Amino acid sequence: MGDITPSLLLLQLMTGIALGAVYALLALGLSLIFGMLTVVNFAHGAFFMVGAFLGVYFLGLTGSFWFSLVLTPLAVGAIGLVAERFLVRPLYGRGIDYPLLLTFGLSYVMIEAMRVAFGIEGVATSTPAELRGAVNLGFGYFPLYRLFLIGATAVVVLGLWLFIEKTRYGLIIRAGSRDPEIVRVLGIDIARVWLLVFGIGTAIAGLSGALAAPTRAVNPEMGISVLAESFVVTVVGGMGSLPGAVIAGLLVGIVFSMTSLFAPDLAELSIFVLMAVVLLIKPQGFFGKAGLMS
Amino acid sequence: MTTDRNIDTRRRQILGASAAAAASPFMFNIARAQGANIRIGFPVPLTGAFSAEAQDQVRAAEIAIKDFNDAGGYGGRKAELLVRDDKLNPGEAATRTLELIEKDKVSFIVGSLSAATQLSINAVARDRKVLFNSISQSDAINEAKDWSLYTFHEALNPHLTAGAVARYAFPKFGKKVVYLTADYAYGHEMVRGFQRAGAPLGVTTLADIRHPLGVADYSAFLPRIQALQPDVLVLCNFGRDLVNSAKQVTDFGLKAKTKVIAPVLLYTSRQAGGADAFEGILGGTSYYWGMEDKIPAAKAFNDKFRKAHGGAVPSDYGALGYAGVRSVLQAVLNAKSTDSIPVSIALRQLKYNWYKGEQFYRKCDHQSVQSVVIVESKSKAMKDKYDVFNVLAIEAANEANLRSCDELGHKVTT
Amino acid sequence: MDINRLTSAITRHRVAAVIVVLMMFPWLMPYEALAINILIFGLYAVGFNLLFGYTGMLSFGHAAFLGTGSYLCGIAIVSFGWPWWAAIVAGVVASAAIGLVIGFLAIRTRGIYFSMVTLALGQIVYYAFYKAERWTGGENGLRGVRVETIDLLGLKLDFVDPLTKYYVILAFVAAALWFVSRVLASPFGAVIVAIRENERRTAACGYDVARAKLLVFVLSAALCGLAGALRALHLSIVPIDSLHYLQSGQAVMMCLLGGMGTFFGPFVGAAVFLYLEDVTTTVTTHWMAAVGVIFMVFVLFFPRGVWGSILHWLRRHADKARVAA
Repeated sequence: MGDITPSLLLLQLMTGIALGAVYALLALGLSLIFGMLTVVNFAHGAFFMVGAFLGVYFLGLTGSFWFSLVLTPLAVGAIGLVAERFLVRPLYGRGIDYPLLLTFGLSYVMIEAMRVAFGIEGVATSTPAELRGAVNLGFGYFPLYRLFLIGATAVVVLGLWLFIEKTRYGLIIRAGSRDPEIVRVLGIDIARVWLLVFGIGTAIAGLSGALAAPTRAVNPEMGISVLAESFVVTVVGGMGSLPGAVIAGLLVGIVFSMTSLFAPDLAELSIFVLMAVVLLIKPQGFFGKAGLMS
Repeated sequence: MTTDRNIDTRRRQILGASAAAAASPFMFNIARAQGANIRIGFPVPLTGAFSAEAQDQVRAAEIAIKDFNDAGGYGGRKAELLVRDDKLNPGEAATRTLELIEKDKVSFIVGSLSAATQLSINAVARDRKVLFNSISQSDAINEAKDWSLYTFHEALNPHLTAGAVARYAFPKFGKKVVYLTADYAYGHEMVRGFQRAGAPLGVTTLADIRHPLGVADYSAFLPRIQALQPDVLVLCNFGRDLVNSAKQVTDFGLKAKTKVIAPVLLYTSRQAGGADAFEGILGGTSYYWGMEDKIPAAKAFNDKFRKAHGGAVPSDYGALGYAGVRSVLQAVLNAKSTDSIPVSIALRQLKYNWYKGEQFYRKCDHQSVQSVVIVESKSKAMKDKYDVFNVLAIEAANEANLRSCDELGHKVTT
Repeated sequence: MDINRLTSAITRHRVAAVIVVLMMFPWLMPYEALAINILIFGLYAVGFNLLFGYTGMLSFGHAAFLGTGSYLCGIAIVSFGWPWWAAIVAGVVASAAIGLVIGFLAIRTRGIYFSMVTLALGQIVYYAFYKAERWTGGENGLRGVRVETIDLLGLKLDFVDPLTKYYVILAFVAAALWFVSRVLASPFGAVIVAIRENERRTAACGYDVARAKLLVFVLSAALCGLAGALRALHLSIVPIDSLHYLQSGQAVMMCLLGGMGTFFGPFVGAAVFLYLEDVTTTVTTHWMAAVGVIFMVFVLFFPRGVWGSILHWLRRHADKARVAA
């Protein structure tokens, strides 16, 4: 291992952060939906995948990457709204298993729908022209697009934080996750709040798909492995905790990246080991609330 | 065999009675076996990651069936292809094979696509003494452990493919090599093939970086590769993994200083990945339609396919589907029988040229000795959407390029 | 014929009734291999349901037990040349052992975290078997699990013959079902149901909840291990994805389709799921969408599952008859 230099380590760290950015976004949506609705969204990977496809589609339609980044979360969020209203809502109160199982079935349908709409092979993507090339960070060259990914994630996280902490609607969401009963008593239509939250959560998943699309192959099966990874992140951070999702996302990305340097074939295993270890020491994850949904 | 027939008639009577009660609308099959036809089972992954290749295999195989039937068949008996979806899943493939053998009473099986599924089909078929001609890459199927008199391998194997690419590329591009390898048998087999062929050429392995199968983001592996500054980077993975890694290698700017090669360049992967990602990447394949200017058999095959499918050209796996079925049917004619043992003996003697040149099956492991085509992806001067590769070289069929019968564990070589 | 007397007789001897139906099963299915798959996955689902439906613990790692049972049975035959019955025992014991370890670690968590821990631990088992290529064949799976004849008390049975294979496997599955029925009818069975209903109260009543949970976990693992061992003998291969979490997800789906709160429901669910999958595959390549839609329909409109709904309807019908009488 004589070729491991400090610059290599730093470069590897940066790569881990870029990877973690995608994880963080996914976990954010998942945690939001779980914290507010106590629904484990097994279709989250499918929403990510749909976002990737729609991102490519809108790019082709409008010719502008930025437009597609705006249109995609709106479109995916709309699908999420419809799904919540007609499929998930009837299941509230029946226990945690049912929405989980429903979203599982939904993911199957979404995958097949994309196969029918875009073909079984998937679609070819390339990095948008404005964001091509590499940047000299001092310790090595790093792809510009990955830097953009990190930046875009930071913007989304900041935006979400502002929305939840500083706006009235955000206040309702925070109150609703703590005590839905009281919120209802105070005259607020909690069903509308849940609808919105599900829409926001899935919209973020779709956005992360559109952001990730230039870096990987876009095909109908791409959401399946992503789902397991996002669960690991959400659980490590604590289900329902938004800061937990972001921190855990970055942590998992870095763990994967550093393991790839020293024992690459164990990279994927390492995140499951991380999850097992964290859960056995802190059963609710780093920031999860104790007793939530036991 | 008579007991089977008794049970069969009894079953048919009871089934007939309960047919109405059972899910009758679904009782018609993709291809219900009929009468005295020669039935060939064809389990391929019609759904899943390789469905595009599998569907091409079906299309091309059907051409082989049609040609056979149009020429009169075998003493008036026609051939019939029973296509089943194995979903790229070895457990499902085993179940489908059991269905084809026990229920549909197929005489032969040709398929599949993926090392794991073909090995599982082989395990089931050989126990029931049914001939199986495998049409996708695997090194393991040549080995004594998995082999049987009923096992044939039409497709290339990783050792041969990797060796051919190595023999072409290493002398041209350099001696310092890094492998980015999918961590499963196929990936390891490819690396072994490259290293074997590279050793006499003085090639050194700087690193063999194993990545988990199906990983979507390769960025974690690339900084290290960059730091090593190899002459050649070999992407030892397949299908979607190759598309992903090719893209990201391009993004990270690795192509500036390093030649990127892959053991197998699939026509469908190239279409899915796009011109940019695959720009400059070179690799091996069993067949590319563009060979038709040099090889008359290729032109004949391409024209047949174009006629049947509106101008489309066959892919590499499609051609294997064609050859796999055609070989078996030719052996039926030569052996004058539809039983697996006489047909197996006939296949062992067969010398053929169905689409790309002279081929025959090696006696010890029934591996089809064939040429390997070296292609390079093109992104400029493409005449149409099919024109994606330049044929750089064709390595002629040569038994010496395969692993020796001894090494594979075969005691008998004739 | 008094329908009430018939139904109560069937309920009392439910295992015997089930076995009678299963004896005739091969003739109802298009081919025996499918019927055998249903037997195997039916057992898998029943074993899983012991933990899920009866004790209320949703595990996403149960594929680890199915897979361990398959692999240990296969390895015993391929690498050590053990006789078939010893290989089956090896599979069951190995699964129970892994169940003990995973159970011991997972029991400390609850609810969704329990599900996630079992998922993670299950994946670790998957990777362990994947990497042990020399024994398991890695990605290529384990091949060569050949059992050609079975010597049973002097009788030579041709195991390759599909019908014979079915009845041999049925013998094992029937014995396992009888065992589960006895466990559920025992005081221990009442304890685990009590744990599902209210864990704290059960503890307050003086029962050692942790030990009960661990015991049911190990029993569940052993049953799934038996299903796995039988699967290895049936397919003569062990595919690596037997251990993947998608295989765990299948157990959940089957229990839901059939009915989680009933004894026979998971078995019915397995049959419905496998038959539907087989049939839709021949009709369309979009079977995934069909399965997804059917699944969602069940979750929304038939939460009791196929069998649960049938039982519920029968009971309501019987009650109405009694009231009218």
